[in-house]
Amino acid sequence: MNNRHPRNENEPSFTQSAARQLLMLAAGAVVALVALMWLLQALASLVGSSTTAANAVDVQNNSITIAISTEPPQLNSTLATDASSGMILGHVMEGLLRMSMDDQLEPGIAERWEVTETQAKFWLRDNAKWSDGVAVTAHDFIFAWKTALKPETASEYAFLLYPIKNARAVNEGTIGLDQLGVYAPDDLTLIIDLERPVAFFDKMVTFQTYFPLREDFYLQTAGRYGADAQEMLYTGPFVITSWVHGASLLLERNPYYWDQAQINLSTINVGYITADATARLNFFKDQRIAETVLLAENLQEALKQRWHIRREQDGTLFFLEFNHRPSRSTRNYHLRRAIQLVVDMEELVYKVTKLPGYVPGESLFPAWLPGVEGKFREEFPAPKLQLNHQQALEHLALAKQELGLQDIPPLALLAGDSAVADIQSEWLQAVLKTKLGLEIKIDKQIFKQRLAKMTSGDFDMVLAGWGPDYDDPLTFGDLFASWNLNNRGRYNNPDMDQLVSVAQNSVDAATRMQAFSDIQQLAFDDIVLLPMYERGVTYVIHPKLKNVKRRVIGADVDFTRAYIDPEGV
Amino acid sequence: MTRYILKRLLQGILTVWFIATATFFAMHAVPGDPLSGDKAMTERIRANLEAKYGLDKPLMTQYGIYLKNIAQGDFGISFTQENRKVNDIIREHFPVSATLGILAILFAGVGGILWGALTALYRNRLPDTIIMFLVILGISVPSFVVAALGQLSMVNLNTFAGFSILPIGGWGTIWHMIVPSMVLGLSTMAYLTRLMRSSMLEIINSDFVRTAKAKGLPATRIFSQHQLRNAILPVITVLGPSIAAITTGGFVVEIIFAIPGLGRYFVEAVQQLDYTVIMGTTVFYGAFLVFMVILVDILYGYVDPRVRVS
Repeated sequence: MNNRHPRNENEPSFTQSAARQLLMLAAGAVVALVALMWLLQALASLVGSSTTAANAVDVQNNSITIAISTEPPQLNSTLATDASSGMILGHVMEGLLRMSMDDQLEPGIAERWEVTETQAKFWLRDNAKWSDGVAVTAHDFIFAWKTALKPETASEYAFLLYPIKNARAVNEGTIGLDQLGVYAPDDLTLIIDLERPVAFFDKMVTFQTYFPLREDFYLQTAGRYGADAQEMLYTGPFVITSWVHGASLLLERNPYYWDQAQINLSTINVGYITADATARLNFFKDQRIAETVLLAENLQEALKQRWHIRREQDGTLFFLEFNHRPSRSTRNYHLRRAIQLVVDMEELVYKVTKLPGYVPGESLFPAWLPGVEGKFREEFPAPKLQLNHQQALEHLALAKQELGLQDIPPLALLAGDSAVADIQSEWLQAVLKTKLGLEIKIDKQIFKQRLAKMTSGDFDMVLAGWGPDYDDPLTFGDLFASWNLNNRGRYNNPDMDQLVSVAQNSVDAATRMQAFSDIQQLAFDDIVLLPMYERGVTYVIHPKLKNVKRRVIGADVDFTRAYIDPEGV
Repeated sequence: MTRYILKRLLQGILTVWFIATATFFAMHAVPGDPLSGDKAMTERIRANLEAKYGLDKPLMTQYGIYLKNIAQGDFGISFTQENRKVNDIIREHFPVSATLGILAILFAGVGGILWGALTALYRNRLPDTIIMFLVILGISVPSFVVAALGQLSMVNLNTFAGFSILPIGGWGTIWHMIVPSMVLGLSTMAYLTRLMRSSMLEIINSDFVRTAKAKGLPATRIFSQHQLRNAILPVITVLGPSIAAITTGGFVVEIIFAIPGLGRYFVEAVQQLDYTVIMGTTVFYGAFLVFMVILVDILYGYVDPRVRVS
């Protein structure tokens, strides 16, 4: 018998009518979905998360839209340590002094200043106001600095205030806040007693930790200062009028700012917050944002679009740090020397990582640092390294002899978990294996774990980086002083300490720069570290937007003086 | 039924407690801590910070305090967003993730059911082949690729059109929701399509459908009342866990489309070892998942009487 239908063979008419029905269901579903979306939008707007869709550059409203990679954790200047807080604070706050578009010191809230070996004196302008119209006084600075130094505040950047007399002791809680060496004889005069001569103290006051806070307002926020737009006061060219966490910040021109003539933009709309650089590039392409960085893989696209690609150094030095603790084989000079003689940083930067804007590292001091008159590295060139495989092998033999070892035990190379760190550590592993026969064990860790291991000394070599805190070679120069907690390899050399002391305590530029030059030479001769590269940044800016400034210290990117050129192409 | 629900709820609470405890101890066992940063700090400042966050107490005491706070619904203050309560972070950002998740799951559910029914109807014919090919793509291509491609194609489309058809990122209006929710729901939709197809094929050959046909019922009625309705059951079963997975798994989509959702905080907190945010989001999402599974189980009872009987 064969009277059964084959499996699942519907008659055409059934299929047709069922399909028609499906179509109707689909149409119904689409309508329902659209209705639901309207409802959801109404609900979502109740919670208050919305970004305004605006153009990258809005000529009519004199406004721009930009994206940032991470949201500022909070904007209390006494606590802020990260780059995105620094960027926003640089737009909405101004300290005693500021850095001009060509990186020169210029008057900010202080109109005149004077720094001697023992004292710094600032005369405040009488037309500087907070964003609620109240005048900025010397007391606001004193209050801010005391707040930052108070032990309970636990500010990580309090150490930047240590040039002030007794600041360290106050911060460590050994003496009272009233002992801090700052005075305000009247509302517009600020006198600072210095702990020791600090040649660059005037440059330090441009940094966010030195920004003012107004006591009455600060106390009123009950510990939430800087958490939201209305929980803070501003002294800078812009004020934050809206801050939707995770989504956007709206910066509008501050009507009370004293130096209106310098400011052109009416609004800076931080419309997007995303860590994905490719997504930001898409926003740029779609004319949603006016500026974005380019990754190596985006360069082709940028060239294809015929964008004007800009490059700059971001001031950070990356290096291979050795562990100098007595228990480690890397404490041996000859082993470090052997490694130094075979590792070609030019190959790493130009042939291996090939990241745009990066330059091979030659010195502990990056090329941008100021010297006596010009740039430090132009006045005191870094010692030139001649790679030499033969010599390296001789040093390796000496190292084995001194260490009393047949073979060097595998060296632990601590590295971060980024793609770039992978490439670098694998390259190092290969170079040291083929040239010296050294075994390298790569220890890949996420940021916090890497820090923990660096601090406890659980490594032989580590891929480390250092970004500057202030505009003076000392920010790199004191890294390997024996007392510096950031000296994670515990390099301990009285000669180094002596040189750092000279650089710290002298106010004579020539003496100090000579000391830095000696530190540069010592770091090279004793192979304290191997400078790998100076990080670069490659970026594009909307053609109508002019006068955008990139900074190594302070607000980066700085749009405070930017303007829109309607004719720009 | 009430007893059953109560029992399930108790089990749920126990599960959440277990999740909280396991996360707490695992998190503290990880080397490093939320206070370490690029710049080393003095012992004194470290001690001050530890005191501020209560990290100076023994671990078991911290655990006790922490459980007590959770019971009162207080997750504490974030380590990285120093002024924000974890409760505020969840309250402000979960609705965004939930909106995105609900849309994605609806999109996936409706799409999955319709496409699945369609492929079953046209089995082994051209529509079936094309859709099933796309389904394989949808299941195997990871969401970060789909999200990036989705965004890029919108950019190209906008450039081609000369004006902005749909925004390619950000949040606020329904136009912002369309592309990300489709991207987020795509793999679930593909999965549901397959599920629906096989379930539908099984039903088509079942006795009661044959009986319905023999009775001479109209085709539309057989299709919607007998086939579709029964075939949907397995789809509903997996919907519960999918809702939770989609709502919590939107991390990549949130980053790429610059959406202020909770998923981002969830993942970033782990990288930054932000103890309070890790705990808050894990417990919250854990409770959410457990609740969703219970809800689906209960709903299932209403949809399929056979479950209720057993």
